[in-house]
Amino acid sequence: MSRLYVARNPRVAARSLDGEMMIMSGRDSTLFTLNKTATILWQSADGATPLDEIVEHRICQEFEVEPAEALHDAETLARELASHDIIQISEEPIPQPSPGAGEAR
Amino acid sequence: MPELTAEVERLSLVIAIGGVPVRVNTTDPAFLDILQDRYAGFLGSSGRAEIEFDVEVTAPVYPVPDIGVHVTQRLGRWSLQAGDFLAEWEPASRAGRIRQTANPYSIDAVLRIVHTLVLAQQGGFLAHSASAIRNGKSFLFAGVSGAGKTTISRLAPPDVTLLTDEISYVRKQDAGYVAYGTPFTGELAKLGENVSAPLAALYLLAQGSENRIDPIPPGEAARSLLANLLFFAEDEELVQSMFHSAFEFVSRVPVSRLTFVPDSRVWELIG
Repeated sequence: MSRLYVARNPRVAARSLDGEMMIMSGRDSTLFTLNKTATILWQSADGATPLDEIVEHRICQEFEVEPAEALHDAETLARELASHDIIQISEEPIPQPSPGAGEAR
Repeated sequence: MPELTAEVERLSLVIAIGGVPVRVNTTDPAFLDILQDRYAGFLGSSGRAEIEFDVEVTAPVYPVPDIGVHVTQRLGRWSLQAGDFLAEWEPASRAGRIRQTANPYSIDAVLRIVHTLVLAQQGGFLAHSASAIRNGKSFLFAGVSGAGKTTISRLAPPDVTLLTDEISYVRKQDAGYVAYGTPFTGELAKLGENVSAPLAALYLLAQGSENRIDPIPPGEAARSLLANLLFFAEDEELVQSMFHSAFEFVSRVPVSRLTFVPDSRVWELIG
Protein backbone atom coordinates (compact mmCIF):
# COMPACT_ATOMS: atom_id res chain seq x y z
CA MET A 1 0.00 0.00 0.00
CA SER A 2 1.43 3.40 -0.92
CA ARG A 3 2.01 5.97 1.79
CA LEU A 4 0.80 9.51 1.65
CA TYR A 5 3.00 12.49 2.45
CA VAL A 6 1.67 15.91 3.33
CA ALA A 7 3.39 19.30 3.33
CA ARG A 8 2.26 22.76 4.29
CA ASN A 9 1.89 25.10 1.34
CA PRO A 10 4.49 27.81 2.03
CA ARG A 11 2.35 30.31 0.12
CA VAL A 12 -0.41 30.44 2.71
CA ALA A 13 -0.37 32.58 5.82
CA ALA A 14 -0.99 30.87 9.15
CA ARG A 15 -1.39 31.96 12.73
CA SER A 16 -2.30 30.19 15.93
CA LEU A 17 -4.24 32.28 18.44
CA ASP A 18 -5.50 30.89 21.74
CA GLY A 19 -5.31 27.38 20.33
CA GLU A 20 -7.16 28.27 17.13
CA MET A 21 -5.23 27.80 13.91
CA MET A 22 -6.24 30.21 11.17
CA ILE A 23 -4.99 30.02 7.64
CA MET A 24 -5.47 32.35 4.70
CA SER A 25 -5.04 31.28 1.14
CA GLY A 26 -2.64 33.55 -0.68
CA ARG A 27 -4.42 32.67 -3.91
CA ASP A 28 -7.90 33.97 -3.15
CA SER A 29 -7.73 35.36 0.42
CA THR A 30 -10.11 32.68 1.72
CA LEU A 31 -9.83 32.28 5.50
CA PHE A 32 -9.94 28.85 7.12
CA THR A 33 -10.16 28.03 10.81
CA LEU A 34 -8.80 24.56 11.49
CA ASN A 35 -10.27 22.18 14.06
CA LYS A 36 -7.98 20.26 16.43
CA THR A 37 -7.38 17.35 14.07
CA ALA A 38 -6.70 19.62 11.11
CA THR A 39 -4.37 21.72 13.25
CA ILE A 40 -2.34 18.64 14.23
CA LEU A 41 -2.23 17.60 10.59
CA TRP A 42 -1.11 21.08 9.52
CA GLN A 43 1.56 21.33 12.18
CA SER A 44 2.89 17.86 11.36
CA ALA A 45 2.83 18.28 7.59
CA ASP A 46 6.57 18.54 7.04
CA GLY A 47 6.65 16.71 3.72
CA ALA A 48 8.87 13.97 5.18
CA THR A 49 6.67 12.23 7.75
CA PRO A 50 4.15 9.84 6.18
CA LEU A 51 0.52 10.50 7.05
CA ASP A 52 0.11 7.13 8.75
CA GLU A 53 2.94 8.02 11.15
CA ILE A 54 1.35 11.39 11.87
CA VAL A 55 -1.91 9.62 12.61
CA GLU A 56 -0.26 6.99 14.81
CA HIS A 57 2.03 9.29 16.77
CA ARG A 58 0.06 12.52 16.92
CA ILE A 59 -3.64 12.03 16.24
CA CYS A 60 -4.19 8.67 17.96
CA GLN A 61 -2.18 9.96 20.94
CA GLU A 62 -4.50 12.96 21.20
CA PHE A 63 -7.85 11.33 20.51
CA GLU A 64 -9.22 7.92 21.42
CA VAL A 65 -9.77 6.60 17.91
CA GLU A 66 -9.06 3.38 16.06
CA PRO A 67 -5.88 3.80 13.94
CA ALA A 68 -7.52 2.51 10.75
CA GLU A 69 -10.52 4.79 11.14
CA ALA A 70 -8.30 7.73 12.08
CA LEU A 71 -6.12 7.18 9.00
CA HIS A 72 -9.15 7.06 6.74
CA ASP A 73 -10.47 10.31 8.25
CA ALA A 74 -7.02 11.92 8.03
CA GLU A 75 -6.70 11.02 4.35
CA THR A 76 -10.11 12.54 3.66
CA LEU A 77 -9.11 15.66 5.59
CA ALA A 78 -5.74 15.89 3.82
CA ARG A 79 -7.40 15.73 0.40
CA GLU A 80 -9.91 18.38 1.51
CA LEU A 81 -7.13 20.72 2.68
CA ALA A 82 -5.20 20.02 -0.52
CA SER A 83 -8.25 20.96 -2.60
CA HIS A 84 -8.00 24.43 -1.04
CA ASP A 85 -4.23 24.59 -1.66
CA ILE A 86 -3.55 24.69 2.07
CA ILE A 87 -1.34 21.61 1.94
CA GLN A 88 0.26 19.52 -0.77
CA ILE A 89 -0.13 15.75 -0.86
CA SER A 90 2.01 13.21 -2.64
CA GLU A 91 2.90 9.54 -2.60
CA GLU A 92 6.54 10.63 -2.41
CA PRO A 93 8.25 12.79 0.23
CA ILE A 94 7.79 16.48 -0.58
CA PRO A 95 10.94 18.63 -0.40
CA GLN A 96 10.45 21.80 1.62
CA PRO A 97 11.82 25.17 0.44
CA SER A 98 13.37 26.38 3.69
CA PRO A 99 12.89 25.89 7.42
CA GLY A 100 10.16 28.08 8.83
CA ALA A 101 8.44 28.97 5.56
CA GLY A 102 4.68 28.91 5.96
CA GLU A 103 4.80 28.05 9.63
CA ALA A 104 2.66 29.84 12.12
CA ARG A 105 4.31 32.90 13.54
CA MET B 1 3.78 81.46 -39.58
CA PRO B 2 1.06 80.49 -37.06
CA GLU B 3 1.58 77.76 -34.47
CA LEU B 4 0.25 74.44 -35.70
CA THR B 5 0.00 72.97 -32.22
CA ALA B 6 -1.15 74.42 -28.97
CA GLU B 7 0.01 73.22 -25.58
CA VAL B 8 -2.82 71.73 -23.63
CA GLU B 9 -3.06 73.17 -20.17
CA ARG B 10 -2.41 70.59 -17.47
CA LEU B 11 -4.57 71.05 -14.40
CA SER B 12 -3.83 69.38 -11.11
CA LEU B 13 -4.78 69.08 -7.48
CA VAL B 14 -3.56 67.09 -4.49
CA ILE B 15 -5.89 64.77 -2.59
CA ALA B 16 -4.44 63.97 0.84
CA ILE B 17 -6.10 61.04 2.61
CA GLY B 18 -4.42 59.44 5.61
CA GLY B 19 -1.57 61.89 5.27
CA VAL B 20 -0.65 60.52 1.83
CA PRO B 21 -0.71 63.28 -0.80
CA VAL B 22 -1.83 62.04 -4.22
CA ARG B 23 -1.53 64.46 -7.12
CA VAL B 24 -4.09 64.12 -9.86
CA ASN B 25 -3.37 65.69 -13.24
CA THR B 26 -5.98 66.23 -15.91
CA THR B 27 -6.58 68.39 -18.93
CA ASP B 28 -10.33 68.44 -18.35
CA PRO B 29 -11.49 71.48 -16.32
CA ALA B 30 -14.91 69.95 -15.70
CA PHE B 31 -13.32 66.85 -14.20
CA LEU B 32 -11.12 69.03 -12.00
CA ASP B 33 -14.27 70.74 -10.73
CA ILE B 34 -15.77 67.33 -9.93
CA LEU B 35 -12.69 66.41 -7.90
CA GLN B 36 -12.59 69.71 -6.04
CA ASP B 37 -16.20 69.23 -5.03
CA ARG B 38 -15.85 65.53 -4.19
CA TYR B 39 -12.73 65.86 -2.05
CA ALA B 40 -13.38 69.20 -0.36
CA GLY B 41 -11.62 69.09 2.99
CA PHE B 42 -9.06 66.60 1.70
CA LEU B 43 -7.30 68.83 -0.81
CA GLY B 44 -3.65 69.27 0.11
CA SER B 45 -1.04 71.85 -0.71
CA SER B 46 0.64 71.91 -4.09
CA GLY B 47 3.90 70.52 -2.66
CA ARG B 48 5.51 67.19 -3.49
CA ALA B 49 3.08 64.30 -3.78
CA GLU B 50 3.86 60.71 -2.81
CA ILE B 51 1.81 59.41 -5.74
CA GLU B 52 0.95 61.12 -9.01
CA PHE B 53 -1.76 60.10 -11.44
CA ASP B 54 -2.37 61.43 -14.91
CA VAL B 55 -6.06 61.01 -15.65
CA GLU B 56 -7.24 60.57 -19.21
CA VAL B 57 -10.92 61.43 -19.32
CA THR B 58 -12.68 59.34 -21.93
CA ALA B 59 -16.12 59.41 -23.51
CA PRO B 60 -18.81 57.32 -21.81
CA VAL B 61 -19.41 53.78 -23.08
CA TYR B 62 -22.76 52.10 -22.46
CA PRO B 63 -23.38 49.69 -20.97
CA VAL B 64 -20.45 49.73 -18.55
CA PRO B 65 -18.96 46.21 -18.69
CA ASP B 66 -19.39 44.25 -15.47
CA ILE B 67 -15.97 42.60 -15.11
CA GLY B 68 -15.42 42.99 -11.37
CA VAL B 69 -12.30 44.54 -9.89
CA HIS B 70 -8.90 43.08 -10.73
CA VAL B 71 -5.74 44.30 -9.05
CA THR B 72 -2.56 42.56 -10.12
CA GLN B 73 1.13 43.29 -10.01
CA ARG B 74 3.80 42.44 -12.54
CA LEU B 75 7.41 43.60 -12.56
CA GLY B 76 6.75 46.31 -10.03
CA ARG B 77 3.76 47.77 -11.84
CA TRP B 78 0.23 47.51 -10.50
CA SER B 79 -2.67 47.11 -12.87
CA LEU B 80 -6.11 48.14 -11.61
CA GLN B 81 -9.05 47.24 -13.74
CA ALA B 82 -12.82 47.47 -13.42
CA GLY B 83 -15.69 48.06 -15.78
CA ASP B 84 -15.49 51.82 -15.37
CA PHE B 85 -11.74 52.42 -15.17
CA LEU B 86 -8.33 51.18 -16.20
CA ALA B 87 -5.34 52.27 -14.18
CA GLU B 88 -1.66 51.57 -13.73
CA TRP B 89 0.63 52.54 -10.91
CA GLU B 90 4.35 52.03 -10.45
CA PRO B 91 5.35 52.59 -6.81
CA ALA B 92 9.06 52.96 -7.63
CA SER B 93 8.44 55.96 -9.84
CA ARG B 94 5.41 57.10 -7.79
CA ALA B 95 3.59 57.63 -11.07
CA GLY B 96 0.46 56.18 -12.56
CA ARG B 97 -2.25 56.66 -15.15
CA ILE B 98 -6.03 56.37 -15.02
CA ARG B 99 -8.46 56.11 -17.92
CA GLN B 100 -12.05 56.85 -16.93
CA THR B 101 -15.03 58.98 -17.75
CA ALA B 102 -15.63 62.30 -16.01
CA ASN B 103 -17.16 60.96 -12.81
CA PRO B 104 -16.10 60.95 -9.14
CA TYR B 105 -16.76 57.26 -8.49
CA SER B 106 -14.07 55.67 -10.63
CA ILE B 107 -11.19 57.69 -9.21
CA ASP B 108 -12.64 57.10 -5.77
CA ALA B 109 -12.31 53.36 -6.35
CA VAL B 110 -8.77 53.78 -7.65
CA LEU B 111 -7.79 55.81 -4.59
CA ARG B 112 -9.26 53.22 -2.22
CA ILE B 113 -7.33 50.45 -3.94
CA VAL B 114 -4.07 52.38 -4.01
CA HIS B 115 -4.37 53.24 -0.34
CA THR B 116 -4.98 49.57 0.53
CA LEU B 117 -1.78 48.69 -1.34
CA VAL B 118 0.22 51.40 0.41
CA LEU B 119 -1.15 50.52 3.84
CA ALA B 120 -0.73 46.76 3.43
CA GLN B 121 3.03 47.24 3.20
CA GLN B 122 3.04 49.33 6.37
CA GLY B 123 0.87 47.21 8.67
CA GLY B 124 -2.22 49.38 8.21
CA PHE B 125 -5.50 48.88 6.38
CA LEU B 126 -8.84 50.22 5.20
CA ALA B 127 -11.77 48.59 6.97
CA HIS B 128 -15.52 48.47 6.55
CA SER B 129 -16.19 50.48 9.65
CA ALA B 130 -17.33 53.81 10.91
CA SER B 131 -14.82 55.70 13.03
CA ALA B 132 -14.89 58.72 15.26
CA ILE B 133 -12.81 60.71 17.72
CA ARG B 134 -13.88 61.43 21.28
CA ASN B 135 -11.72 62.88 24.05
CA GLY B 136 -8.63 62.69 21.85
CA LYS B 137 -8.99 58.98 21.09
CA SER B 138 -10.42 57.29 18.05
CA PHE B 139 -12.81 54.35 17.91
CA LEU B 140 -13.74 51.98 15.10
CA PHE B 141 -17.22 50.52 14.67
CA ALA B 142 -17.01 47.62 12.26
CA GLY B 143 -19.69 45.59 10.60
CA VAL B 144 -21.13 44.48 7.34
CA SER B 145 -23.79 46.48 5.55
CA GLY B 146 -26.78 46.86 7.87
CA ALA B 147 -24.79 46.26 11.07
CA GLY B 148 -25.27 49.86 12.17
CA LYS B 149 -22.25 51.87 10.96
CA THR B 150 -24.38 54.68 9.61
CA THR B 151 -26.79 54.50 12.56
CA ILE B 152 -24.10 54.86 15.20
CA SER B 153 -22.54 57.69 13.19
CA ARG B 154 -25.88 59.46 13.00
CA LEU B 155 -26.39 59.08 16.76
CA ALA B 156 -23.00 60.63 17.64
CA PRO B 157 -23.31 63.55 20.09
CA PRO B 158 -21.82 66.98 19.27
CA ASP B 159 -18.52 66.37 21.05
CA VAL B 160 -17.75 63.48 18.69
CA THR B 161 -15.77 64.11 15.50
CA LEU B 162 -16.84 61.74 12.76
CA LEU B 163 -14.00 60.30 10.68
CA THR B 164 -16.20 58.21 8.37
CA ASP B 165 -19.45 56.29 8.43
CA GLU B 166 -18.22 53.66 5.98
CA ILE B 167 -14.48 53.15 5.33
CA SER B 168 -11.95 53.66 8.10
CA TYR B 169 -8.31 54.44 7.46
CA VAL B 170 -5.91 52.84 9.96
CA ARG B 171 -2.19 53.41 9.98
CA LYS B 172 0.33 51.67 12.21
CA GLN B 173 2.34 54.13 14.22
CA ASP B 174 5.01 53.24 16.78
CA ALA B 175 3.51 50.64 19.13
CA GLY B 176 -0.08 51.55 18.28
CA TYR B 177 -2.44 52.62 15.54
CA VAL B 178 -3.93 55.90 14.35
CA ALA B 179 -7.29 56.34 12.63
CA TYR B 180 -7.65 59.04 9.97
CA GLY B 181 -10.70 60.73 8.54
CA THR B 182 -11.70 59.73 5.02
CA PRO B 183 -13.90 61.14 2.29
CA PHE B 184 -15.29 57.64 1.70
CA THR B 185 -18.91 57.85 2.73
CA GLY B 186 -21.77 55.47 3.23
CA GLU B 187 -25.48 56.17 3.58
CA LEU B 188 -24.79 59.27 5.68
CA ALA B 189 -23.25 60.85 2.56
CA LYS B 190 -21.19 63.15 4.76
CA LEU B 191 -17.42 63.36 4.38
CA GLY B 192 -15.40 62.60 7.49
CA GLU B 193 -13.28 65.25 9.11
CA ASN B 194 -9.70 65.29 7.84
CA VAL B 195 -8.15 64.71 11.25
CA SER B 196 -6.61 61.76 13.10
CA ALA B 197 -6.20 60.35 16.61
CA PRO B 198 -4.64 57.34 18.32
CA LEU B 199 -6.90 54.32 18.11
CA ALA B 200 -8.32 53.17 21.46
CA ALA B 201 -10.72 50.37 20.53
CA LEU B 202 -12.42 48.42 17.80
CA TYR B 203 -16.08 47.61 18.35
CA LEU B 204 -17.86 44.95 16.34
CA LEU B 205 -21.40 46.20 15.90
CA ALA B 206 -24.52 44.22 16.69
CA GLN B 207 -28.01 45.61 17.16
CA GLY B 208 -29.94 44.30 20.16
CA SER B 209 -32.38 45.13 22.92
CA GLU B 210 -29.88 46.84 25.24
CA ASN B 211 -26.62 48.75 25.12
CA ARG B 212 -23.65 46.75 26.27
CA ILE B 213 -20.03 45.95 25.54
CA ASP B 214 -18.82 42.35 25.69
CA PRO B 215 -15.29 41.05 25.30
CA ILE B 216 -14.68 38.60 22.49
CA PRO B 217 -12.01 35.90 22.16
CA PRO B 218 -8.87 36.87 20.23
CA GLY B 219 -9.55 34.35 17.48
CA GLU B 220 -13.00 35.75 16.83
CA ALA B 221 -11.56 39.27 16.93
CA ALA B 222 -9.01 38.41 14.25
CA ARG B 223 -11.58 36.62 12.09
CA SER B 224 -14.03 39.51 12.34
CA LEU B 225 -11.40 42.09 11.52
CA LEU B 226 -10.20 40.09 8.51
CA ALA B 227 -13.80 39.83 7.30
CA ASN B 228 -14.09 43.62 7.39
CA LEU B 229 -10.83 44.56 5.69
CA LEU B 230 -10.85 46.06 2.22
CA PHE B 231 -8.38 44.26 0.04
CA PHE B 232 -8.39 43.83 -3.70
CA ALA B 233 -4.93 42.71 -4.74
CA GLU B 234 -4.43 39.28 -6.24
CA ASP B 235 -0.98 39.09 -4.70
CA GLU B 236 0.17 36.35 -2.34
CA GLU B 237 2.79 38.45 -0.60
CA LEU B 238 0.37 41.26 0.20
CA VAL B 239 -2.33 38.81 1.27
CA GLN B 240 0.13 37.40 3.79
CA SER B 241 1.06 40.90 4.98
CA MET B 242 -2.59 41.80 5.45
CA PHE B 243 -3.28 38.56 7.31
CA HIS B 244 -0.44 39.08 9.77
CA SER B 245 -1.32 42.78 10.15
CA ALA B 246 -4.78 41.80 11.37
CA PHE B 247 -3.31 39.56 14.07
CA GLU B 248 -0.83 42.25 15.04
CA PHE B 249 -3.71 44.70 15.35
CA VAL B 250 -5.85 42.52 17.64
CA SER B 251 -2.84 41.89 19.86
CA ARG B 252 -2.46 45.63 20.43
CA VAL B 253 -5.95 47.13 20.23
CA PRO B 254 -8.88 46.04 22.43
CA VAL B 255 -11.63 44.45 20.36
CA SER B 256 -15.15 44.07 21.82
CA ARG B 257 -18.68 43.51 20.67
CA LEU B 258 -20.87 46.59 20.98
CA THR B 259 -24.54 45.67 21.11
CA PHE B 260 -26.80 48.67 20.89
CA VAL B 261 -30.36 49.85 20.54
CA PRO B 262 -30.68 52.65 18.01
CA ASP B 263 -30.67 55.65 20.30
CA SER B 264 -27.97 58.06 21.41
CA ARG B 265 -27.49 56.49 24.86
CA VAL B 266 -25.08 54.00 23.27
CA TRP B 267 -22.53 56.80 23.18
CA GLU B 268 -22.51 56.84 26.98
CA LEU B 269 -20.43 53.66 26.70
CA ILE B 270 -17.86 55.14 24.30
CA GLY B 271 -14.82 57.25 25.16
